[in-house]
Amino acid sequence: MKLLEAEGLGYSIDGRVLVADAAFALGAGELTALIGPNGSGKTTLLRLALGLLEKDAGSSSIDGTAVESLSPVERARRVAYLPQARPLVWPQPVRDVVSLGRFAYGAALGRLSQEDSEAVERAIRACQLDGFEERAADTLSGGELSRVHLARALAAETPLVVADEPVAALDPRYQHKTMQLFANMTRAGRSVLTVIHDLDLALRYASKVLWMHEGRIVANGTPQETFTATRLRDVFGIDAQVLSDGAHTRLEISGPA
Amino acid sequence: MNRVVGILLASLVGALVLSVALGSVPLPLNRVLGALTFQSSQGDQLVVWQIRLPRALAAGFVGAALGMSGAALQGLLRNPLAEPGILGVSATAALFATFVLYFGLATAGPLVLPLAAVAGALIATLLVALAALRTRSVVTLILIGVGLSSFSAAIMALLMNLAPNPFSLADMVNWMLGTVDNRSFDDLLFALPFMAIGVAVLLASRRGLSVLALGDEAAEGMGLDLKRQRLAVIIGAGLATGAAVALAGAIGFVGIVAPHLVRPFLRYDPARLLVPSALLGGLILVLADIGVRVLPTDSELKLGVVASLLGAPVFIWIAARRRLA
Repeated sequence: MKLLEAEGLGYSIDGRVLVADAAFALGAGELTALIGPNGSGKTTLLRLALGLLEKDAGSSSIDGTAVESLSPVERARRVAYLPQARPLVWPQPVRDVVSLGRFAYGAALGRLSQEDSEAVERAIRACQLDGFEERAADTLSGGELSRVHLARALAAETPLVVADEPVAALDPRYQHKTMQLFANMTRAGRSVLTVIHDLDLALRYASKVLWMHEGRIVANGTPQETFTATRLRDVFGIDAQVLSDGAHTRLEISGPA
Repeated sequence: MNRVVGILLASLVGALVLSVALGSVPLPLNRVLGALTFQSSQGDQLVVWQIRLPRALAAGFVGAALGMSGAALQGLLRNPLAEPGILGVSATAALFATFVLYFGLATAGPLVLPLAAVAGALIATLLVALAALRTRSVVTLILIGVGLSSFSAAIMALLMNLAPNPFSLADMVNWMLGTVDNRSFDDLLFALPFMAIGVAVLLASRRGLSVLALGDEAAEGMGLDLKRQRLAVIIGAGLATGAAVALAGAIGFVGIVAPHLVRPFLRYDPARLLVPSALLGGLILVLADIGVRVLPTDSELKLGVVASLLGAPVFIWIAARRRLA
């Protein structure tokens, strides 16, 4: 059974098609990168697939159950979702923000169960936020805050994590650290779907790549299968070479096409 | 029970006792206790049971309802400057009360005025709740509330403009200034059930306010039923605020200021904020009402006026010190 499976998803607003006929499936142990230029419909696709946005067409199921028939809590126990927009209203301490990730298990701030506290501690360590636990969130840098939100999503310890641009604000070290963390999670049998703009990271860490262009999924396969010079030009409008020395594949981008 | 709640609760009880003891004729503590336990003179019992205690309790309950409603709405709307009347409930309740005064219906019975105010509050709450079912945006809700408030204020201005005689105009103005003067246990018993239901609904839905701190989208992803949460806060705050307006008229700023003052002591958690905000709101109004009674002024000071005089500068201070955009 697939952790998340979407078929024929479609959505348009005021006659403008944002997503059309999109299908994909995520199994356990997969690190899937969702790539595509700005405005290609990546975020809309995620929200449709998770049932956070009402679709015009198609179907989507989590663990074989249609998303419409899952309650918000049931869905949250299966999939953790990290949106791209991460507003923060109050200068709460880091530990409390991460603890909110346990909401679907009935956790309330100030009285977490043993199990909840342990999951929160694991998420804090995984995102290397040790020592930041009592810092007010508004005193952190953009990248540090980004890791706090990621830790919040990880604290739910769901079989599937769906993250919208989790590494955009991170420095190179933490970008790699985060992708390695995702890779480790998938090796342990969990699954990650992440929107990512750094094609090198996608090429290097993803086991599967979903290419989106103008609302459609135009390619779906391993990085080795799908990264071609023609596709990079068609989808992203860039001149790039895909170089392979047998063991490793890397990208050399020379500029806009 | 945590330390903040303990301190606030003790202070509130202390303030209530002080409120019963102080007044035109100060009563020493032993006479207050004697009257409360029906063991002192008839005169003392009359002053305590008929005049001071209902008045002090009214101030406390009104402050508590406004404090908790303010805290819940600030959490729902993610805005530290949201106030209990932001969704138009207070203004509509006040409008209905003004109608009653305009047509001189208040003389028909002691409960006509609060009944009208509660009816106004319920209608406004219903309208905003219906809007919440149809829209995804909290900004839309705020705008509807602002529209509702403005419209109610406009009709109130019209009624004052056309007031049949200076006495009914004075009645309207006096009522709108906000006071707990002359409140009886009957008034309290009328308003309390609405407040109790509102408070219960808010407390039952408070955990959802915590996750809303990370935005609607993340909260939904974390398992919050956004529509239910919004309805619960709108209905809970609508009932509690409506009952407060019915009991004391329009009293501003307590609902903004109380949550703000306790927030740092509760790790800025919108859920844990509710009870302390209610206690502090009650404390502020009980103390303000003591001030109203003991300050030597020629005509009676109104509680709403004193609350605004104290609250408005704090409001400016809060707005100027905001840490997050």
